[in-house]
Amino acid sequence: MKPTFLPVWRTLASIDRRIIYLLLTIVVVLPLIIHPKIKVRVSEPVRAAFESIEKLPQNSVVMISIDFDPSSAPEVQPMLIAILRHCFKKNLKVILTGQLALGLPLGEIALNQVSGEYNKVYGRDYVNIGYRPGSTALMVGIGREIRDFFKTDYRGVPLDSFEFMRRVHNYHDIALLVTLAHGAVADAWIQYAGARFNQKIIVGCTGVNAPNMYQYLSAQQITGLIGGLQGASEYETLVEKPGAATLGMPAQSTAHALLIILLIIGNIGFILSKKKI
Amino acid sequence: MLYRTGPLILVFGTALLLIIAFFIPHKPFGDLEARFLNWYAIISGFTFLLGLDSLARHHLIKIVRREKGWFYSLLLVTSLFGTLFWGLYSWIRYASPFALNAPFMWLYKFMIIPLQATMFATLAFFIFSAAYRAFRVRNLAATLLLIAACMVMLGNVPIGSSIWAGISWLIHQIFPNTNLEILKRWELFAAAKDWLMAIPQAAAGRGIGIGLALGGIAMSLRIILGIERTYLSS
Repeated sequence: MKPTFLPVWRTLASIDRRIIYLLLTIVVVLPLIIHPKIKVRVSEPVRAAFESIEKLPQNSVVMISIDFDPSSAPEVQPMLIAILRHCFKKNLKVILTGQLALGLPLGEIALNQVSGEYNKVYGRDYVNIGYRPGSTALMVGIGREIRDFFKTDYRGVPLDSFEFMRRVHNYHDIALLVTLAHGAVADAWIQYAGARFNQKIIVGCTGVNAPNMYQYLSAQQITGLIGGLQGASEYETLVEKPGAATLGMPAQSTAHALLIILLIIGNIGFILSKKKI
Repeated sequence: MLYRTGPLILVFGTALLLIIAFFIPHKPFGDLEARFLNWYAIISGFTFLLGLDSLARHHLIKIVRREKGWFYSLLLVTSLFGTLFWGLYSWIRYASPFALNAPFMWLYKFMIIPLQATMFATLAFFIFSAAYRAFRVRNLAATLLLIAACMVMLGNVPIGSSIWAGISWLIHQIFPNTNLEILKRWELFAAAKDWLMAIPQAAAGRGIGIGLALGGIAMSLRIILGIERTYLSS
């Protein structure tokens, strides 16, 4: 006997996509307008990333690589701002670089915003060495001498004119590498700088990429992981300075909840529409 | 003859030197590796020019021939060279296109960032709709995938903690002997998400990663030994 479909259940199993889009818009926009208060639970990978920076002695050098572009900025930029705040609060020296030319201005914007909050001075406390083509060659090359690829900063000022940069030559002089990535660049840093030169690395990446990083985390090839907007909000919680990520979490929460509700409704409709009467 | 064997010898020799340099990072091999890396960086820089040439040529031809969609090509070419112009101007006038007061930065802040963010944000709608249609309890594997996805989704956002707090309260009401505080601290969704990500997911990811690496080694060996010659168009 052929299964008989009940129209109501069938409707639940195939809600028009325009209704779904509308519902999603509402559940994302409303929390962004209302700003409900939420409590963020800090996960172990993010705490480990925080501790990696927290344990560094003053004046240690942290290299931050901007390996994302504006498409991922809503997720990754809050991480950059939170990490910069942490570094400047701890009086660490920051070198900013990037593997994506279109990502570097985001780094410059963040540096400009955060350095002012902590009275940090360009050249004394941080340097932006910019972008050079070369990708993996550059990652390996820095293991030998950073000046082989970056003779000057992004404005063409020689690196040796900055006091703290005079003692930075290769990975031995960089206490921690932070890669903020939206693609496979983080893998490349781990495989070239981490595996070959034992560089300590923490990764900040989009939520989509975060699962790929867990294998490196459990193998201790990276010392911390900040994944997606949730990871960024956790880091903001740890540096006690809620920002864009914490503001965005209620919207993400409601969106996830809506999807789960839709999945439940859709599956009830799917099961019942297959039932024989 | 040399047209075919020349590149093969070049590839084999270069690869051999790089492998030796990797395992013996002392003079003269260490210096050789540094030189090769510099060449690589220079060549990869020139690939941008190659891309620019290819893109511009393709779209200029479309505009000249008034092919279908030529107007979009015109927009692309205008945007491409407009960006290039403002980048060069900012470089000359402000020492870097990324200087905060440079015109390129204005273009970046008010055009590139919103456009790229919008493109990426639009994906959320499609993924949302696709997830609703794809996650169906068709069989055991699909059901497990659905449960895991829901656990990760709930464990990844603060609302998961709130829902678990509600469930804990409910359990406490049904079984008054249970300790509500301990139940709340257990955070089922977050704990399940952490476990799923760190153990089964990472195990599968590691397997895929090892497979990819072995495939990469095999392909590299085929290229080094001249078995794989597709890069010679043969």
